[in-house]
Amino acid sequence: MRHTLSVTVENEPGVLSRVAGLFSGRGFNIESLNVGPTLDPGISVMTITTEGDEQIIEQIVKQLRKLITVIKVVDLTELKSVLREMVLMKINANDANRAEILRTVDIFRCKVVDVSIDEITIEATGNYDKIAAILSLLTRFGVKEISRSGMVAMKRSVQNS
Amino acid sequence: MELTGAQILLECLKREGVEVVFGFPGGAVIDIYNELPNASFKHVLVRHEQGAIHAADGYARASGKVGVCLVTSGPGATNTVTGIATAYMDSIPVVILTGQVPTPLIGNDAFQEVDIVGITRPCTKHNYLVKDVNDLAHVIRQAFFLARSGRPGPVLVDLPKDIMQTRTKFVWPADVNMRSYNPNYKPHAGQIRKVAQLIRESERPIIYAGGGVISSHAHEALTWLAENLHIPVTATLMGLGCFPGDNKRLWLGMLGMHGTYAANMGINNADLVLAIGARFDDRVTGKVSTFAPKATLVHIDIDPTSIQKNVSVHVPIVSDCRLALEALKEELEPSLADYDFEGGHMPWITKVGVWAKEHPLTYKPSATTIKPQYVVEKLHEITKGDAIICTEVGQNQMWAAQFYTFNKPNTFLSSGGLGTMGYGFPAAIGAQFACPDKMVIDIAGDGSIQMNIQELATSVCNNLGVKIVILNNGFLGMVRQWQELFYKKNYCETCMDAQPDFVKLAEAYGATGFRITQVEDVERVLRQALDTPGTVIVDVRVEKEENVYPMVPAGASLTDMLLV
Repeated sequence: MRHTLSVTVENEPGVLSRVAGLFSGRGFNIESLNVGPTLDPGISVMTITTEGDEQIIEQIVKQLRKLITVIKVVDLTELKSVLREMVLMKINANDANRAEILRTVDIFRCKVVDVSIDEITIEATGNYDKIAAILSLLTRFGVKEISRSGMVAMKRSVQNS
Repeated sequence: MELTGAQILLECLKREGVEVVFGFPGGAVIDIYNELPNASFKHVLVRHEQGAIHAADGYARASGKVGVCLVTSGPGATNTVTGIATAYMDSIPVVILTGQVPTPLIGNDAFQEVDIVGITRPCTKHNYLVKDVNDLAHVIRQAFFLARSGRPGPVLVDLPKDIMQTRTKFVWPADVNMRSYNPNYKPHAGQIRKVAQLIRESERPIIYAGGGVISSHAHEALTWLAENLHIPVTATLMGLGCFPGDNKRLWLGMLGMHGTYAANMGINNADLVLAIGARFDDRVTGKVSTFAPKATLVHIDIDPTSIQKNVSVHVPIVSDCRLALEALKEELEPSLADYDFEGGHMPWITKVGVWAKEHPLTYKPSATTIKPQYVVEKLHEITKGDAIICTEVGQNQMWAAQFYTFNKPNTFLSSGGLGTMGYGFPAAIGAQFACPDKMVIDIAGDGSIQMNIQELATSVCNNLGVKIVILNNGFLGMVRQWQELFYKKNYCETCMDAQPDFVKLAEAYGATGFRITQVEDVERVLRQALDTPGTVIVDVRVEKEENVYPMVPAGASLTDMLLV
């Protein structure tokens, strides 16, 4: 099962390689990884999506906590949370299909961020399912290039509802 | 007053109470060596950096304090990696100080530059690159704190040359405060009550103790529990010495691949296994799915990642082993009046005793060839079990573990997790510095001893009384044993009959050498060797194709033992 982990770390050199090295060294899988600073410049948050059975996820969480530079690990999968990923997609476009592409973009509330004679670059934001749906619909036009941010996530304020 | 980085470093080591540093100089650490005449500690010049790290490790294991080694950048640093990984696998507190090229050159492929922080990331508890001299004191303070606290381990500090030359005001941090590091020492009271109840209800309990019992000084609490609650004890290689080996009623010997019949059968038939400071290593469990099949498993360990890693346990307790065992003692002491632990466990202890009698640790004695096990037994007899025994890795290590009865913690120094050949002799040097009045013996093989033989110079020039007893069979014996048993005797590249004359080698270094070739000479010459002052090598020509038994083939169940 896929899990999304929110990992709060000390913002210092080498912390990313400690985390990445832990995953590769112990044979854990990273599906996506996103790092960014927080309001406290001394602290960064990593959002890691990974897959594994219960025992593997438990080990991943414990091994992450064991790293000296890791302050906190939360498995957001167990909580109500907001997950978002941003994807930039460059799609083949011509006079015949441009309108259809734009309609699809509209339905998914994506944005067109760049246009040329034969390409449209769009920006899509969503959770796993939405991104997967957009990709599957746009593939038929020919996706030339794709760049994904990796998932970012946050626990929802109200947990019991 | 402003001090240079090098002076600050020495001041920090002084405040950490460092007594001895094992090291080897080089360009990047000259500034530190330049200050050494003013140091508060003794510096021991080794002959290879691997010797330095193993010596620091041996010092730490024998003394319970943090071992320290100091090496230069590049090859000096990389030469310590095997020793760092050794200490990491066995949770030994060591601080490794490495030189680094000046900060402006870092990343430029400068002479003797290597990214040692990157290289050692997976085999240190933590590591640091000091880029500002103002960080130096608190980094050193943190390094020692991390090395010795929680689950101990090696911590490396990389020291660029220019940082060692830069002056700043020395400020010793009042304490160490790390928001991201907070090991849990105290056991959960509810879990302790649960374990106490399991012990009260159990008919066939067994204690499976590991190195954590030794590093947390839990041996007394463990002995109290075993003796008063009448629970048989087995230990891992790392746990040897945590319970008196001469307690014939409760001590079962080591478990696992080369464990005793009684220990492995005990685990297999127990209804309650108390795993304390151990980590269910594959050499211990054999086939995991058949490990302790009838038992409720209790696991006490300071490291949460050890729990539920290899084996699923029923009652986990994340805590310091000593505190957990003391809490158990407190919980169970009042029960001694109400429960007949002795009577309740008597049938079990009797059964375990029968296993021990049926298949004791043994070997086929010979009147014509020297059996390696006999040599180890004689060493025990002559030293009255009071020596610190270091080992190399392989058959010598297993025979030492099996046939030298250990009664006290911190007396068996061996590379358990990593299995590092060449560990024993430099570790013995470290142990001798930790315990100058103790007899320190390295039980070696003819293969392993050649991996760090250069440290003879270190031992001789420091007038150390380390005794090296080589169980010389002319083979890389453990690999040969596997080849014999599982690879149709294809002794490919394991015959080491081209070897130095160890007696002459000892003499060349200024040590004393003995050779034993006849069974009847073993005791007399061993006595003579151990009585000889200074560093001594004893080259004992043992049976060439002797095997270590019992043996559980890799991946088999513990009950599938090959016996003598």
